[in-house]
Amino acid sequence: MKTNTESLMAQSDRRLLSGREYRGASRIDGPLVYMRNTHPVGFGELVEVVTPDGARRSGQVLDTSDEVVVVQVFEGTDSLTLPGTGMRFMGEPLTLPVSEQMLGRVMNGLGKSRDGSGTIHGFAERDVNGVPINPTAREYPRDFIQTGISVIDGMTTLIQGQKLPIFSGNGLDHNQLAAQIARQAKVRGSEGDFCIVFAAMGVKHDVARFFTNSFEESGVLDNVALFLSLADDPSIERTITPKTALTLAEHLAFDKGKQVLVIMTDMTNYCESLREIGTMRGEIPSRKGYPGYLYSNLAEIYERSGKITGKSGSITQLPILSMPNDDISHPVPDLTGYITEGQIVFERGMQARGIYPPINCLPSLSRLMKDGIGEGMTREDHPHLANQLFASYSHVKDVQNLASVIGEEELTTLDQQYLEFGNFFEKRFVNQGFDEDRSIEQTLDLGWDALGKLPSEELQRLSDEEIAEHYGR
Amino acid sequence: MKERIIGRVKRVNGPVLIVKDITNAMMMEMVRIGEQQLVGEVVKLYDGLATVQVYEDATGICPGDNVYGSGMSLSVELAPGLIGTIYDGIQRPLEKLMEASGAFISRGLSYDAVDHGKQWEFTPVVEAGTIVYAGMVIATVEETSRVQHRIIIPPQYQEATLSEIVPAGSYTVDEVIATLVLPDGKQQKITMVQKWPIRIPRPVASRLALKQPLVTGLRVIDTLFPLAKGGTVAIPGGFGTGKTMTQHSIAQWCDADIIVYIGCGERGNEMTDVLREFPLLVDPRTGQSLMERTILIANTSNMPVSAREASIYTGITMAEYYRDQGYHVAIMADSTSRWAEALRELSGRMEEMPAEEGFPAYLPTRIAQFYERAGFMRNLSGSDGSVSIIGAVSPPGGDFSEPVTQHTKRFVRCFWGLDRQLASSRHYPAISWLDSYSEYLGDVTQWWNDHSDGSWYENRLRIMDLLQKEVRLQQIVKLVGPDALPDTQNFILEVCSLFKTAFLQQNAFDEVDRFCSVEKQVKMLAVILAYYEKGMEAINKGVPMVKIRRLRAVQEMARMRLTVKGDELDKIDKIQLRLERSIDQIGGIYEN
Repeated sequence: MKTNTESLMAQSDRRLLSGREYRGASRIDGPLVYMRNTHPVGFGELVEVVTPDGARRSGQVLDTSDEVVVVQVFEGTDSLTLPGTGMRFMGEPLTLPVSEQMLGRVMNGLGKSRDGSGTIHGFAERDVNGVPINPTAREYPRDFIQTGISVIDGMTTLIQGQKLPIFSGNGLDHNQLAAQIARQAKVRGSEGDFCIVFAAMGVKHDVARFFTNSFEESGVLDNVALFLSLADDPSIERTITPKTALTLAEHLAFDKGKQVLVIMTDMTNYCESLREIGTMRGEIPSRKGYPGYLYSNLAEIYERSGKITGKSGSITQLPILSMPNDDISHPVPDLTGYITEGQIVFERGMQARGIYPPINCLPSLSRLMKDGIGEGMTREDHPHLANQLFASYSHVKDVQNLASVIGEEELTTLDQQYLEFGNFFEKRFVNQGFDEDRSIEQTLDLGWDALGKLPSEELQRLSDEEIAEHYGR
Repeated sequence: MKERIIGRVKRVNGPVLIVKDITNAMMMEMVRIGEQQLVGEVVKLYDGLATVQVYEDATGICPGDNVYGSGMSLSVELAPGLIGTIYDGIQRPLEKLMEASGAFISRGLSYDAVDHGKQWEFTPVVEAGTIVYAGMVIATVEETSRVQHRIIIPPQYQEATLSEIVPAGSYTVDEVIATLVLPDGKQQKITMVQKWPIRIPRPVASRLALKQPLVTGLRVIDTLFPLAKGGTVAIPGGFGTGKTMTQHSIAQWCDADIIVYIGCGERGNEMTDVLREFPLLVDPRTGQSLMERTILIANTSNMPVSAREASIYTGITMAEYYRDQGYHVAIMADSTSRWAEALRELSGRMEEMPAEEGFPAYLPTRIAQFYERAGFMRNLSGSDGSVSIIGAVSPPGGDFSEPVTQHTKRFVRCFWGLDRQLASSRHYPAISWLDSYSEYLGDVTQWWNDHSDGSWYENRLRIMDLLQKEVRLQQIVKLVGPDALPDTQNFILEVCSLFKTAFLQQNAFDEVDRFCSVEKQVKMLAVILAYYEKGMEAINKGVPMVKIRRLRAVQEMARMRLTVKGDELDKIDKIQLRLERSIDQIGGIYEN
């Protein structure tokens, strides 16, 4: 029983000791500070780091043992000294004070004001790490979000409560697309209480400005909470940014009943920061040096979306990630694709041909689309039409390959019709203006116009009635 | 249980703890950590220290926290009431967790796997005084309208005399229903609940040869790459190629008695879809809800990683328990890659020396141990039962040469490779007919031939041969264009393309097409081969191919999977008749 009493004493001591300041670190390595001779500190505890000149920074316990506590400092370890660094262990996990008033504000990755309009007061403290949603409590998402972008609405429909990432590359128009979706997205037939939570991780200043301006111009800025951790901010701050953003999103969606769209850019930067910390701690790496827990870690972020039975709000995630060297099998897009409910894939070739948005619909996919489209939701011909467009467009690619070998003139009439269809599909259906907001009916009719370039016998995935009603009109 | 302290926490590194001052901890013992009572398991003992894996989020655990031992290995509870329930990876019922902590899962909760207050209608089948042995059925309970739960003597009692058994009536699972007198004279009271450690296979009398196919209702599987009851199969495929859809279809329509569906590290919304959809679906064979034969395990990707590792074993132990009662059980594990990655993550945290791509060196052993728990068994009671495993594999980047796919291939005998090209053109199920194989062909040929007037094996070979020829022809077409081929060869391309759209593709959302009976598959294959046979004859007589492919009967054939319902199969015979007649007609014109 001796151990038991000791342990109880240790616990009460711990409560008394939390908040006490220790001075003198034993080692500083990148964003990590090692501290010896502390009281027993809990895993994941919030830490207040005091710099030699008295400023405060926040950190979190990454590893704790009898001998040493490892703390990651989110604002970086610049100008810390071994003897001059102080630490207070707060005895509770990292929390974010949340409130509706954070809408319209610009914050850093930790949720502190960076727009100069004073401190942000939160009404409720929330654990930023979140808690998994019980699968039995989830409501299956099925409300169609009209983005006004044909290739998304028609082919990879976005559903309220979905997580649908954009796989892009450097120099492609993903920011324009995300901004356009943020401006145009609506659920038809319901005046939902929309708001946007925007998390930027390691993006350039002009990109951040582009988004702010775009929100301002469309008059939604008061409904946007921006968490900015820019390219020249400490890289460690990026590892907490999506979590703080989602903590606010959960509050807005599940406590306040809002329809929240979360845009996170760029997830690749987030993963790189994780890799940095992992390497620094001497962890055993898995693919391309990324830590072995990258999948679980990303899942903890992406799974914080959806709808809950009995609550009116929802969280829809639109993460943007750049594929290094346009490689879709790179660990970051690869693991993301296994967690999210589909993906929107950009193609450099299409952008070069002047098509906006440069979305290649063949590798793109929306897994929740099947239950959110069709009669009563979009239009009854939508499922078969989308299926037919996919099949026909996929054949276009085969024909194009053939044409590049034998030349276009040698193609059969049917194959030439396919090329014409492909051309119309890319130039008229996919391609649209930066400000063009198409209704779902316009989108579907355009799809039929494209199929009009093909003989009706080729349309095997559509029913005879659908062909009779829409084909060639 | 709180009293037995086995040690105190020394170090916390995510879900892996080092515990010091170890007194009498056992290997694989289930433990509770700190005042929050988080669940964990001892995985290593050395030098007065233990490594403990935590099944819940480790935030807040401190060095110095007490670790309490439970005195037993991580076990599951086996009793009436498992069917129709949804569990997390360590068999906690998620609905109970929701009642306790709302929409978000709190930590340190513990619940019985089955409802201990519920009364079951108990009917004994043996009388007091009988000599009983391990695995023997002593009573039955109506668990659901389609599953009769058989109460069996727990495997640890080799032989005993049943000194007492309660009469038929309503009992809860906690009530003593029988008393055994063991050979050493000791009395042992038993209830309807058994506990079994998840990492140890339940004993059987012997393994039997596999003879029956597991009919899934998916044509590409049943006809081309059949799985036997008691067999193992891997479904690898990159994201978006339809692993989960294929798993769902099989779980819905295959002819197993019990389904255990393990969502291992998958999406929350997908599990919700299963939960919402299964109760509404009706089994075409019995007309009852599919949920009445299904156990679900949902350990989504954001739930703790150690529980993900355990979920696979939790599932298979429950499956073995129903097998012991004489049922055919099918397990869907979606996905085994997530389980392997959980092993890798935990191994990394334990600072073990990594082998290929950071996976631990014991990965192949663990995969083999898991798949070897499948089989067609003679149970201890003398009845026959089987466990079939259908494991999805998610290779990173869709690259089948990675370790999990490669090692899995060594231990399964059937392989349904999903193809990204097919998925992109929305050809579902996207099972590639070139990469896939089944070693159960020889085992199930007899059964299939009995169900197809002896034609199945022959017909299957013929169509596989055509598909192989098509690949070679396609290569030529790529170089010189289709016009360069003679009609006899072009016709092979034509038949294969028809076979793909009319037979291999299957629409999981279509009322008629989503399940295809054995009889329908046999007839569909026969009519397509008849088309090839007859068409080839006509072309040899000089009929141009275009004339044949424009025939009305060919169009009908292309849609028969959607238009011919399960109970009107004579329609296919009629299509075949019309087809043969019209080809003969054209043939006649050209002959003269």
